[in-house]
Amino acid sequence: MKMKGSEAIVASLEAEGCEVLFGFPGGVVIPLYDALLDAKHLRHILVRHEQGAVHAADGYARATGKVGVCVATSGPGATNLVTGIATAYLDSVPVVALTGQVRSDLIGTDAFQEADTTGITLPIVKHSYLVQKATDLSQVIHEAFHIASTGRPGPVVIDIPVTCSLDELTYKRPTGFDLPGYKPTVRGHIKQIRAAAKALADAERPVLYAGGGVISSGAAAELSELAHLLKVPVATTLMGLGSFPERDPLSLGMLGMHGNVAANYAVHECDLLLAVGARFDDRVTGKLSAFASQAKVVHIDVDPAEIGKNVRPLIPIVGDARHVLASLTKEVATLERSADATAAWLAKCAAWEQHYAFDYDHDESTLAPQFVIEEIDRVTASDAVVVTDVGQHQMWATQYYHYQWPRQFISSGGLGTMGFGLPAAIGAKIGRPDKTVIDISGDGGFQMTMQELMTAVCHDVPIVVAILNNGYLGMVRQWQDLFWNKRYSCTCIAAQPDFAKLADAFGALGLTVSAPGDVEEALRTAIAAQRPAVIDFKVRPEENVFPMVPAGREITEMIGGKSGRRKRS
Amino acid sequence: MKHTLAVLVEDKPGVLTRIAGLFARRGFNIDSLAVGESEAPGLSRITITIDGAEHPIDQVTKQLNKLINVVKVRDLQPSDTVSAELMLIKTRAEGPKRAEVMQVAEIFKAKIVDVDRRTMTLRAVGTPERLEALREVLKPLGVLEVVRTGTVAIGREKS
Repeated sequence: MKMKGSEAIVASLEAEGCEVLFGFPGGVVIPLYDALLDAKHLRHILVRHEQGAVHAADGYARATGKVGVCVATSGPGATNLVTGIATAYLDSVPVVALTGQVRSDLIGTDAFQEADTTGITLPIVKHSYLVQKATDLSQVIHEAFHIASTGRPGPVVIDIPVTCSLDELTYKRPTGFDLPGYKPTVRGHIKQIRAAAKALADAERPVLYAGGGVISSGAAAELSELAHLLKVPVATTLMGLGSFPERDPLSLGMLGMHGNVAANYAVHECDLLLAVGARFDDRVTGKLSAFASQAKVVHIDVDPAEIGKNVRPLIPIVGDARHVLASLTKEVATLERSADATAAWLAKCAAWEQHYAFDYDHDESTLAPQFVIEEIDRVTASDAVVVTDVGQHQMWATQYYHYQWPRQFISSGGLGTMGFGLPAAIGAKIGRPDKTVIDISGDGGFQMTMQELMTAVCHDVPIVVAILNNGYLGMVRQWQDLFWNKRYSCTCIAAQPDFAKLADAFGALGLTVSAPGDVEEALRTAIAAQRPAVIDFKVRPEENVFPMVPAGREITEMIGGKSGRRKRS
Repeated sequence: MKHTLAVLVEDKPGVLTRIAGLFARRGFNIDSLAVGESEAPGLSRITITIDGAEHPIDQVTKQLNKLINVVKVRDLQPSDTVSAELMLIKTRAEGPKRAEVMQVAEIFKAKIVDVDRRTMTLRAVGTPERLEALREVLKPLGVLEVVRTGTVAIGREKS
């Protein structure tokens, strides 16, 4: 079929099953936007800043497991995507970013709105393309979706010179890939899997350490089956929250810097650590040499480069988490093992959990941020999609909400991108209209991308933004408090807008809450409103996130919480 | 310890940038790099020599393998490898020096590829060590310019 390059882009996206694009137009993408007017199965969400587009595509991808797609023009449009592309890269999220580029004959001449997009994004993409001719478009888009969503997922940039969008071509749907260098290993090596099964069955104090890979490979059911078969406790990373139900008695919750004391103690004392889809990040391990030092380590990951990068495992298994866990469970089932082999170990973990449960000051004259999260958990029956920004509120959201299913918790883990929350929540809600979507944010992060409130209002995306407003850039303030002699340099942001009025100005519902007794009603009102809503929770300004492992220390050296209890005021 | 990597890549735009960028980003120093067509159409082979003392070599090869356009990476073991490098070296060769240069060229099996009244240019092929030796010998005569291709290497057939 004869068509323009821009129409071929639309046809190719539809052929990939893409339903929604997040974007912002500009000079060199006018042909694409023109073609979008005639698209039958593609919805376009017009954001207010390109950063919003890429975060929304990211949030959509994390909430649904599908590829998120965003569009920006050349030059500043493309550079505005950079933070979001890096965010998706660090958290292995399948995002395809389409960027306009100047005419092919102008590339390299410092033309108007020209930037070397593939060059700028080179270190933060799984792969990228600078399209050479219009006839390559459909094949490039086909490959980009494949690369973004398979193996270890990640962002792919497609830079499209406007000449390619304008040229005529005969569209043919691609049938295969020409990628001789790209063959992710899906199935693990059976010998290694058998060795891991034996190690697991022999272990007295095993721990499963589940990361984001469990979620991206859709391995939650397989993880649960293995854990229950062997009665092994499960600790998750930030990215792994939701991969194992937190109300399950085997759940240890999150481990790491602000994780559960029980999870950290368990990992410290375990004799076998089975890491799956996790990468031994410094926020998880603390001092690396002391991490799980008594344990045999089994590491399952689809990315061979992660294995041995930080911790050298005794049994490495390269493969997709779902496949490997399923085979592992099958192998374990054939081995002899007493039913209560881990009973004593589970009892020890349970005792830690009980003794070191998260706690905070329940003084009712002020609003505790932790209490707000508890109320969100209660009001949404632990069944909402929770999106966060980055900072203290993010950590409280990991501690006081009980995640039950995969893709329920969406947060910028690796890059720690402030401003991620609101646009990602918009993308998540568009992907999961059936679920209540709550963006838990801070007053700092919200102000970084708050213009996207207009996107939510405009496109009728009923999300609830809960701002834990303490008037500080709280996490930095906390570090200054604990490690920098309370010299609060540039972290007080008490001068700020009235968020409820601001929401109102955008056409959203705005509410302000300062008393604990009003939290529930405000949440119920906001959720029932079925339109974008912002609740400004005036929380205690100087609350810190505890427990905490200071950076670079062993993960058992937690300060605050009951392990070194913070004084009650 | 020096490592020689033979990297088979798709002949696509930007491949070299991706590889060079990866080395820089992960803190690896490239000693030499040589690129050219391979036996297969559409595929090029890059020979990279690096000092792997500071970083584990397997992390480099794994990261290289992650690049979509990289088809195959081989860490060539010196004992099983034939390697060579080409060097052009321009040296002073006036008066009595001229005969000396010609003698050295003879010993090193280097070819004289250019001559003028004051200089001579030699083309030598060999291991990096041998080329280094040639340069050392010519040094006292006055070396003016040196150009080297970087090592290319190929695995020995075992039969």
